[in-house]
Amino acid sequence: MATISHPGDEAALGEAPLRPSRWQLLGRFCAQNPLGAGGGLVVLVMMVMAIFAEEMTRFDPTANNFGDMLTAPNLEYWLGTDQFGRDLYTRIVFGARTALLVGFVSAFAGATIGLILGVASAYFGGLFDLIFQRVMDVVMAFPLVILALAVVSIFGTGAQNVIVAITIPFIPRCARVVRSSALAVRETPFIDAARACGFSHTRIVLRHMVPNVMAPYIVMMTAAVGQAILIEASLSFLGLGVQEPTPAWGLMLRGGAQEYAESAPWVAIYPGIAISLAVFGFNLFGDALRDWLDPKLKV
Amino acid sequence: MYFYIFKRLTLMIPTLLGAAALVFFLMRLIPGDICTLRLATGGGSINPGVVKACRLELGMDQPILLQFWLFIKGLITFDFGRSMWTGRPIVDEVALRFQLSLQVAIMATITAILIAIPLGTISAVKQNTWVDYLVRAFSIAGVAMPSFWLGILIILAILITSKALFGSPWMPPIKYVPLWVDPVYNLSMLIWPALATGYRYSAVATRMTRSAMLEVLREDYVRTARAKGVFRSLIVRRHALRNALLPVVTIIGIEFAFLMGGLVVTEQVFNLNGLGKLFVESVSNQDYTMTQALVMLVVTIFAFTNLIVDVIYAWLDPRIRYSR
Repeated sequence: MATISHPGDEAALGEAPLRPSRWQLLGRFCAQNPLGAGGGLVVLVMMVMAIFAEEMTRFDPTANNFGDMLTAPNLEYWLGTDQFGRDLYTRIVFGARTALLVGFVSAFAGATIGLILGVASAYFGGLFDLIFQRVMDVVMAFPLVILALAVVSIFGTGAQNVIVAITIPFIPRCARVVRSSALAVRETPFIDAARACGFSHTRIVLRHMVPNVMAPYIVMMTAAVGQAILIEASLSFLGLGVQEPTPAWGLMLRGGAQEYAESAPWVAIYPGIAISLAVFGFNLFGDALRDWLDPKLKV
Repeated sequence: MYFYIFKRLTLMIPTLLGAAALVFFLMRLIPGDICTLRLATGGGSINPGVVKACRLELGMDQPILLQFWLFIKGLITFDFGRSMWTGRPIVDEVALRFQLSLQVAIMATITAILIAIPLGTISAVKQNTWVDYLVRAFSIAGVAMPSFWLGILIILAILITSKALFGSPWMPPIKYVPLWVDPVYNLSMLIWPALATGYRYSAVATRMTRSAMLEVLREDYVRTARAKGVFRSLIVRRHALRNALLPVVTIIGIEFAFLMGGLVVTEQVFNLNGLGKLFVESVSNQDYTMTQALVMLVVTIFAFTNLIVDVIYAWLDPRIRYSR
């Protein structure tokens, strides 16, 4: 109810610095980071491919069709077929599902476990921190492929185990970055205040420290998605990851791609483009997000 | 400084012990063992007596902690024993492949340096021009492209161009010959994997060179040099680049440390008989002694490379003093 009114009030209201809407924020982000926005677009396209894979193609990604083996790209098979006569476009669309599943889950799990461990390590300090750092050293130094090989030999192949194999090496990398931010947070007065109030360690870590290291956490997580997709492709290529007939980009480059590279180069080229584009997109998006959220952070 | 190195070396001991324990128990978690595997591949039915004799022969009937102690004792005395699968001394088996992998790693590093430093410098000097954008796109693509795919593309390109030039496709040789025996043969085989790995490796270093150069070019002493009339090219080479190279050295060192364990995929693509291939074989054969020795080799190289990088860093930049 407006009891006092002055001429030009409405205009002043219009000029007032309102909190920008989400769309305005998005527009600003895109204008400031055209490359990041491009990366975001690639990410979006991948997500659409992963969610609506069934609707985007007429073929079954796993059904063999020996009548149309190694067909060159044409109007029916947009990107050609592989040595089992499976449509490459279909397999690339469905491969996005595998890549995103592994990418998101292992990036989220690795970054989150790293976040909790890193903050706890910074908060408790002392012997716990020292031992924790040494354990992280071991995991960092341990060759990733060997870890993956061991995980796969113990638990068997398949998407879940690839996720485990990729998550483990991410934990120390994220924990390191989060720990260094958390060390600074630990020294701030509000942590002392919280301790003086008699809050439990769990509460202080989760309610007071974790929210203050969200920026490096989110940045590490986005950076990790692209890495995870790349590692998943490498492991599948080595035969240690996702298994046939599941459509996965790395797997599509295994075996047949090299054997038929000369006569059917499309088998070797398109899945590689898919991997590169996906990682490219996630990296650009992650870089822009880092510049936006935490410009000083070096990852 | 000596105290710092001493401290780092002491801190390395728990890391190495941790890695030793990790690989030792990880390998034993894998279901089955080398004896059943060997007999199964032999084709015949598995005779429990033969399996038992095989385990006895390989010392796998001893208590697990005793086996672990023997492994650690072997590490300390540099006695790595024999491969469980081939029966040959591990030192011989590894030495054969180590040469190849080390050469590829070094060549990849050289490739990376040759690409990264000039490109990163140009990109920083010509910031926000088309040259800069081009270099940045080139380096981002390098991070995104899987090196095994790049390898496949290189092989494809070799096949197609050689067929067009000579009529018949030419493939790089498969058998390893040391560099000093036949340099041409050796290089014609290893230059391709080195390029594929080196390009990816250079991408990170290019970005690091660029950002370090940008930082240094804004320093006061660069402006002073410019003000007193020093040529721009001389400033870039002598004043800026030397200081900008410090973080680049670190990143190259760290990447090199990862490279030794990360050549597995590239070796697979180019069908090279290197450490990576030996790694995969020994894990799938459940060759405990070989896998353990290889992991310890890679972890030790990793730890020492990191230490050497930090020491070089301090040596190059007198402002850095490792106090504790």
